[in-house]
Amino acid sequence: MIVALSIFLITVGSIAFHFWSPWWWTEVASNWGNMDDTILLTFWITGAVFVAICFFVAYCVWKFSYKKERRAEYKPEDKKLESRLTWATAIGVAALLAPGLVVWNQYVTVPENAYKVEVFAYQWGWKYRLPGEDGKLGKTDIKYINDDNPFGLIIEDPNGKDDLLVDADELHVLKDRPVKFELRTIDVLHNFYVPQFRGKMDMVPGIITYYWLTPTRVGDFEVLCAEYCGTGHYAMRGRVIVDEEKDYKKWEAKQITFEKMLAKSKKNDNLQLVKKEK
Amino acid sequence: MSDEQDHKLEAKSDYVADASSVSTPDIDAVPEAELPDQELYHSHSWWTTYVFSQDAKYIGIQYALTAIGTGLLGLVLSWLMRIQLAFPGLGWLEPSSYYQFVTMHGMIMVVYLLTALFLGGFGNLLIPLMCGARDMAFPYVNMLSYWAFVVAVLVLLASFFVPGGPTGAGWTLYPPQAITAGTPGYNGGIILMLISLILFVAGFTMGGLNYIITVLQLRARGMTLMRMPLTIWGIFTATVLAMFAFPALLVGCLMMTLDSLLGTSFFMPAMVSLGETLTHEGGSPILFQHLFWFFGHPEVYIVALPAFGIVSDLLSVHSRKTIFGYRMMVWAIVGIGALSFFVWAHHMYVSGMNPWFGFFFATTTLIIAVPTAIKVYNWILTLWRGNIQLSLPMLFSLGFIVTFLNGGLTGLFLGNVTVDVPLSDTYFVVAHFHMVMGIAPILVIFGAIYHWYPLITGRMMDETLGKIHFWITFLGSYAIYFPMHYQGFVGVPRRYFEIYDSPYIDTSTLLLNKFITIAVLIVGAAQLLFLYNLFASARLGKKSEKNPWKANSLEWQTPQMPPEHGNWGKELPKVYRWPYDFSVPGAKEDYIPQNQPPSEIIGAKVEKT
Repeated sequence: MIVALSIFLITVGSIAFHFWSPWWWTEVASNWGNMDDTILLTFWITGAVFVAICFFVAYCVWKFSYKKERRAEYKPEDKKLESRLTWATAIGVAALLAPGLVVWNQYVTVPENAYKVEVFAYQWGWKYRLPGEDGKLGKTDIKYINDDNPFGLIIEDPNGKDDLLVDADELHVLKDRPVKFELRTIDVLHNFYVPQFRGKMDMVPGIITYYWLTPTRVGDFEVLCAEYCGTGHYAMRGRVIVDEEKDYKKWEAKQITFEKMLAKSKKNDNLQLVKKEK
Repeated sequence: MSDEQDHKLEAKSDYVADASSVSTPDIDAVPEAELPDQELYHSHSWWTTYVFSQDAKYIGIQYALTAIGTGLLGLVLSWLMRIQLAFPGLGWLEPSSYYQFVTMHGMIMVVYLLTALFLGGFGNLLIPLMCGARDMAFPYVNMLSYWAFVVAVLVLLASFFVPGGPTGAGWTLYPPQAITAGTPGYNGGIILMLISLILFVAGFTMGGLNYIITVLQLRARGMTLMRMPLTIWGIFTATVLAMFAFPALLVGCLMMTLDSLLGTSFFMPAMVSLGETLTHEGGSPILFQHLFWFFGHPEVYIVALPAFGIVSDLLSVHSRKTIFGYRMMVWAIVGIGALSFFVWAHHMYVSGMNPWFGFFFATTTLIIAVPTAIKVYNWILTLWRGNIQLSLPMLFSLGFIVTFLNGGLTGLFLGNVTVDVPLSDTYFVVAHFHMVMGIAPILVIFGAIYHWYPLITGRMMDETLGKIHFWITFLGSYAIYFPMHYQGFVGVPRRYFEIYDSPYIDTSTLLLNKFITIAVLIVGAAQLLFLYNLFASARLGKKSEKNPWKANSLEWQTPQMPPEHGNWGKELPKVYRWPYDFSVPGAKEDYIPQNQPPSEIIGAKVEKT
């Protein structure tokens, strides 16, 4: 009795917790609200199965508890029942899978009008690079990384000259414009994660990974690293700010191009040379 | 050669003589033995009896106690981590020790506790007894297997004492981070971890060959494969999986050791490490992940399949009812085992591998849900119209069903590639795998220990203590992991030493952390009660009668209980049926042991098995 009741109460309690606990996802800030929908669909289907099976177990424990004089039923198999259950499960699983694959297809297919942003991760922080007026990100190689060239751009590549280098952990993106994050790390694995955006992808040294999204509301969001990257993992935070076009332009205008940065550092070098000569 | 033929002829003529001595066709006939009876090694000294034992039962107990001892360390580590998470203000741990504890907790629990306990412990104890053999096929190799495991554990523990401490790379040991500065133990602890795993795999292979060959070659007369208890099917299939899966881990470990010690670049691309450019180039970090999860996913089933098998037997015995759909159960075990080699990259949906793989692995992963669901249905249908005894093994089995169901269903979230994106690397994942491959198999382990304890010691464990232990463990661990899923929905990432007051996280989420930690401390402490019961009952427990649960399988039918060296006295048992003939209409008792000949139960309407 107690056992049956406990299983019953655990089930009811789980449902109550699900609907009334304060812990639920953050308000979505990108087009990936359909990921939330697939989660909800999964909740309904799996939740129904969970409740049905738990209630069945509770009922059995209550109804068929041991009596010395009673014998259990002797029924080793029931082919018909087994095949029905198998098919029902297969259909349920297909119902979960199909919408999942549809959304995944959208997730891995970047729209053509998406603009690119490079997210640059290192132990332990974030930087960003925008393609500049030509819309193209210049090529990079980690062997060129030094104080004057923190992103390791290849100087000979003309596409890199107008790249905007954001040497800070704060990125601005445009509301309602699809953006493709090109994810790059120079050391270990990281993962560019903004809970409100839902998207995620590991960053792997040696290759550029990506994902895309369209921000849907203006706001200031925290960036977290979602792939363990060493002792500083938990402190690897940044910010993404979703702007309307006007505010975005203001921010963009403040960023410095690679060319300018080089000129500046050269000037410094020249100054140093002059100082040395003196 | 001629000896063998003589032997066969002799056996045949015996059979003919037997058959002719009764007038009706001999209903008690079993196929003749194909192999001569096993020569056993008999120990002569204290050392070879109690330390370097070659008796599988004894090795099983050695394996189990070593695994449980190591697991206790894993438990204490989880306490330390949880205290840090709930009370970050205390300054209880440094980030580096937190990550070291996370790593060691994970590896210990998955490999050194669960794998060793299910296969080394229950495998050794049960395979020869349940199959009706005298011992494992190769007792000496079996002994070596255990001692290799001991050395592996010692090397693992030694890593706590090297400069830099144990590795803090996370139990998945992903390079480059595992072997570069910035991760605790990147040049000392990690090497010992890798060596320990290599030793474990070597030791396990020796044991595993034994389990497979014993099941295939040394079954008693009449014990066809489709008459084996599901426990054996589970352990057997899991061992086969391990034989295919562990080599991937082994080469992964070897390659990483070389990367770290000799500067090769299997997994190491050109990279910067804390401002310094390394000499590696051209390696692939994702290659390691493929190797790791090619081992890692079957590993889930290496733990789960023995649990599935054991719980099937516990449910059947303690509800006095035939396991429902035995053949389906066997095929589900084998099917899950085979499929488990085609789903590994569902751990890698957002790893940066080609995202198009997502379609394939999401599909295979969800397909595996079907045989798994069949198993759940058959367990609950076994309860239906049963005669359910709420003994300790049954309580733990019921706890398993609820826990496994919960954890299995959340697997449908994570396996479905899109749904995985927002949830991966959050506490949802932590909650999921603890439910499904932590708590669920451990509940089965407890049930199994309460069930087979009399077989080992001849005494029963204390029922009251056992019940307290059950309720705290079952309800407590549900209270730990069920709400944890919702932290994952909020987006709390896993492997965070401290979350700070992140703007998107409500303070109540941190409050939940405190609640979970308190539950962890209570559940952990309740295990002391179990340990007390485990050791005290060996002396103080109520004496058990022979076959106390009235089970059918062979391990309870030995001439002595606990069984002696060689298990079966003079003559090996003969098997006439499967182990699930409970409550057969027309039979006197509600159970018919596997070795009871048909002529003794005339009138019982058994289905032919």
